[in-house]
Formats: sequence, structure tokens, C-alpha cells
Amino acid sequence: MGNKELAAEAKPWRNATEKPFVRIKGITKMFGDLAAVDDVSLDIYKGELFCLLGGSGCGKSTLLRMLAGFETPTSGAIEIEGQDMTGVAANLRPTNMMFQSYALFPHMSVEKNVAYGLLREGVAKQEAMERTAKMLALVKLGGFASRKPHQLSGGQQQRVALARSLIKQPKLLLLDEPLGALDKKLREETQFELIRIQEDLGVTFIVVTHDQEEAMTLSTRIGVMDAGRIVQVGEPRQIYETPNSRYVADFIGSVNIFDGEVDAAAPDLMRVNTPVGPLVCEPLAGLKARQNIHIAVRPERIKLSRMPINAANTLRGTVEEVAYMGNLSIYRVRLEDGRFLKVTAANGLHEENPITWDEQVHIGWSAAASNVLTQ
Amino acid sequence: MSKRRFFSKRNLVIAIPNFWLILFFMVPFLVVLKISLAEPRIAIPPYSPLWEWVNGSLKFNINFENYAYMWQDSLYINAYLSSIKIAAVSTLLALLIGYPMAYYIARSPEPRRSILLLLVVLPFWTSFLLRVYAWIGILKTNGILNAVLLWAGIIDEPLIIMQTDIAVYIGIVYTYLPFLILPLYANLVKLDDTLLEASYDLGASRISSFFRITLPLSLPGIIAGSMLVFIPVIGEFVIPTLLGGPDTLMIGKVLWGEYFSNRDWPVASAVAMVMLVVMIIPIMVLRSAQNKGAEI
Repeated sequence: MGNKELAAEAKPWRNATEKPFVRIKGITKMFGDLAAVDDVSLDIYKGELFCLLGGSGCGKSTLLRMLAGFETPTSGAIEIEGQDMTGVAANLRPTNMMFQSYALFPHMSVEKNVAYGLLREGVAKQEAMERTAKMLALVKLGGFASRKPHQLSGGQQQRVALARSLIKQPKLLLLDEPLGALDKKLREETQFELIRIQEDLGVTFIVVTHDQEEAMTLSTRIGVMDAGRIVQVGEPRQIYETPNSRYVADFIGSVNIFDGEVDAAAPDLMRVNTPVGPLVCEPLAGLKARQNIHIAVRPERIKLSRMPINAANTLRGTVEEVAYMGNLSIYRVRLEDGRFLKVTAANGLHEENPITWDEQVHIGWSAAASNVLTQ
Repeated sequence: MSKRRFFSKRNLVIAIPNFWLILFFMVPFLVVLKISLAEPRIAIPPYSPLWEWVNGSLKFNINFENYAYMWQDSLYINAYLSSIKIAAVSTLLALLIGYPMAYYIARSPEPRRSILLLLVVLPFWTSFLLRVYAWIGILKTNGILNAVLLWAGIIDEPLIIMQTDIAVYIGIVYTYLPFLILPLYANLVKLDDTLLEASYDLGASRISSFFRITLPLSLPGIIAGSMLVFIPVIGEFVIPTLLGGPDTLMIGKVLWGEYFSNRDWPVASAVAMVMLVVMIIPIMVLRSAQNKGAEI
């Protein structure tokens, strides 16, 4: 498997000449008067693990169901490997889906569940059983072939569902909240297992999730959705570090947001008037004086100290709450005007006299630490 | 750690249904069992007592001749076999008609589903007897069905349906259809749509998905519904009497004849006892199917 190109390393989306594997072209899905998916266009490349991320009702599951063929788009088209999927029934598409509820057939054994797709395709029984055994070994369920789904734990059921959706070696695997029903520890294990299987088999994955942490860990790229539209597409780092809107900044990780007005666009540093006073950020092309903007600052970019800080932006406040998380601590700092700011700081080993409740502190961040958001 | 008392609240609650069963099921059952072991007499009541005092000694009269008689006269065995056949054929017919109906109702969107369910149980608002009489009006030689078919020019002379087995089948299937549809509907409505989507997704056609997913998962409903038709139809008396002819042989009719025409209560009781045994088998099948259904 050495010569397999991993999308995670090749990053084909950065190359304009690369042909996308899945093309979603202006897809809209209306339910009555409501646009569940609103004019979405998206290119997904071979070998990617693409996450559609958004809150409930943002249209991500509907988009996935249109890819699988369970819903018909009101307008627009989907192409998979250059072939138009319009009018192609779900059972004839080169896709398979792993359902959020797993949808295992309760009256069939694990083995029969997994072999189902092969047998319907007309694969000989002998061969189907051999491939099923191999697939069960891949998901580490070798000894469970004759069990019924209700005799398995949640994690085991999840792996049966994964095995069943992979057995036909689909070109495109669609996963609907694949880790939703698992507890935290099992999720983390399974996340890495998913990545391992995806890289082993070279299948393109499209994952739907509402969990931003899951999306960050799993994906080569993330598409953030809101109200039926894609609001930002990018690599996890891009989305986290340079969100393009207040919605994305707020949705991915935690963030402090200041609403303000551009004061005067200086050549080097830009000054923005906010309720906590003027803040300085890096200039952004195309901003006009007096324009209303938002400034987003991640909690880990903010320094916290008892001593005055030397930074472009400094404020003072009182520590209202401290949450000790082990590797880091989260501070809720009340500023002089009464608003709260979230600050995180790494914890040192055997730290003597750490900052605690009700202490007067100085906080500060550099101009580069903040993102300017125009919407 | 109190000792369980006999008159505890718990026991009292259970006592009411138990009392009901003993009084209205166990006692009559034992009376019928007793009569089936007696000899017929021309007296009131028309059978010999189970025990009597003869010259100062207690004499028990236990007579198995009634059961033996049932083997000797082929009428009874034929009546049982014919009842089972009629019950089996009607169950199958009801299933062929009822399954699509139950499936359609279960797949219907909500406002329509309630209306359809209401329509299924609507006939219960009219007396069963009246509804069977109504079928006489439809099926008789100068009845509604023949009038319509003659008027439409489909037939040249009226069909003879009344007083044949066909009329009995029509009456039974019509009467018992709701008993099949309701349990089947209750099963089908629980079917998870994503299972069918998973089946399509894995390459199965709609027809194949039906036979591999829907049908096996609805098996408990099929069995429950079928038994609710099969069991009472074996003992059915009103429909074959009103719609059937002299050739329609069913155990319920034979039983009635023994009691009221021949006044041979002991043989009639023996027929009833054997009928009970015959019905226990499908009831056991039903119970095991329900237990299996509960597992999934």
C-alpha cells in the first residue's frame, strides 16, 4: 500500500488543476417553503476525509442523504467521479452510508449483516463469506460473526455498521454522526481507528457531525454549514485560526468577540473602537473607516499576569472563576465595564501560588492574535 | 422483612382476575369435562350423574364411550378436518388481503393513517350478526351482487354463491379481517425506515428489501394476526350456519346439532373437549411467536 497517495499529505484542494472526485453543483433542497440546503457547491477530492460540520437543522444530514440518493435535490446536480447522479437510485450509486442509528438488521447475525451488500450484488456465497471474515477482522470483530446485533455493545455495533458500509469497497463512504452514540473514551479510540481504516482502504469519506472537536481531529477539510449554506470550507487549522465570520469563530472552539467600529485605517496597525476601549489589530484590505466589525480573540492567545503586560492590547480585570482542567486552566475574567472574558493558560508543574479567585489581573494580546471579522 | 400474608394488597389485586377465571372458565370447563364422561339419559338433565349411592356403596360412572364414539363415526373427524381446512384457507386469504392493507396504513402519513385505522374498526359498531345477515342480501341468487353483475352484462345467469363454501369463506374473511390487520399494523408501524434505506444503500432493490427486511421483521405480527383469525374460525358457528349450505361441515355446527337437535349432551361435551385440545396447539404457536417477537 506504499504507493497510495494520501489526500491528507498531498492536499489536492490546493492545486487548481486537480480534478475533484465529488462535485456538488448548486444543490438546493426545499421542504415546503423551507430551504434545508440552499445553493451549496462543493468539490471533494479523492482520498479526503471531509467533515460537514454544523448545528442541528443546518442541512448537513440532508446534504448527505442527497449524496446517498435518499433525497432528490430540488435543483442542482451531484457528480461522482465525473458521472452525473441525477436520477440514479440509491441502490445503484457507488456510495455506501453508515447510519447514525447504525440501522443494523436486527434479525440477522453480524456476519449476515456485513455480507448483505455483497450477496445482493451477486457475489458467490463462498467469496462473500471470505471477504466478510476479512472485514470483520479489520474492525476487530472476528469472534462475533454469529452474534445478533442486540447482543453487542454500542461500540461493537458501531464497528459492525462500519464493516457493513465498507464491504462493497465503495468509492465514497458517507458517515452520519459516526461517533455520536459512543462515550468519550471510546470516541477517541474510534476516531483514530476510522482514520487508520480510511488510509488503509483509500476510500473517500464524507462525515457529518455537530461535534467540532471530532471534525478537527478527523478531517482533511471541514465545511461549516449554517442555515442550509456552506459558510466556510478549509483545513482544520485554517478554520480555527482564520475564521471568516462571527458564526464560524463562535462555532469552532471558544472565542472572545468584541463588536466595534473602525477608527482610522493606519498603514501598519489598525485601531478599532469597542466598548472596552480602542483595540489594535492587523489591517485587513478593503475596510472602510467607521465600518462595524467584530474582533475575535481565542482564549489561549490572551496572556494573563499579576504584573502589567507589554502588548498591543492590554486590559485589567478580576478573576471571577477558575476551572482547573489538568493540562490547562480556564479563567473567567471580569473586565472593568462588567463584561466577561475567557482566558486559558497552560499549567506548569508544581506551580507555586497560581492565580486564583478575586485577584486583580492584567491581560493582554498582540495585534496578530486577533481576527477581524466583517460578518 | 415481613412475612408474606395471604390477604396482602398484592394478593388481593391478583385475586380478582383469578376469581373471574375460576368462576367463568375453570368451573364451566370442569362441568363440560364431567358431562363428557357421563352417559346420555332421557331425563333432566339429560345425562347420568358422575357418582351415585347404590345400596349404600358409592358408585362412580366414568364413561369414555363418548370419546370412542367420535373415532367410530367419521362425521366428527371429517368435521374437525374440514374446520381446520376452512380456518387455514380463510387465514391465508385474510393474510393476502390484510397484509397489503396493514402495510399501506402503516406507511401512510399521520392524518390519513388514523382515518384508515378508524375505517378498519368501523364495522365493529354494527352487530356481527346483522353484518352476516347483510351478506345474505348481497350474495343470494336475486341479491345485490348478482343484480349488479347481470346489469353490467358480465354474467348471463345469476351465480349460486349462497349456501356454498364460497359464501362461508367470504363471510369469514370479511368478519375476521380486522383481527389480522390490527396486530400486523401494530408491528409494521414500528418498522424503522432507516433499515430499508440501509438495504437500498447496500444495493438491494425495493422488492428484495421487502422480502429480506420488512417481511421477516413482521413475522411476529403475521403469526399473531393469523392465529387471531385461525383459532376462532375453527369453532365458528354463526357464519357457516347462516351463509353455508347443508354440505358445509364445521365442528361448531356439529356441536350445536348434538346439543340442541340430538340432545346428546355427553357426546357434544366430548366434541367440545377435543376441540379445545385442537386449539391449544395454535395457541402455543402464538405464544412462542410473541415471546420471540418481544426479544427483537
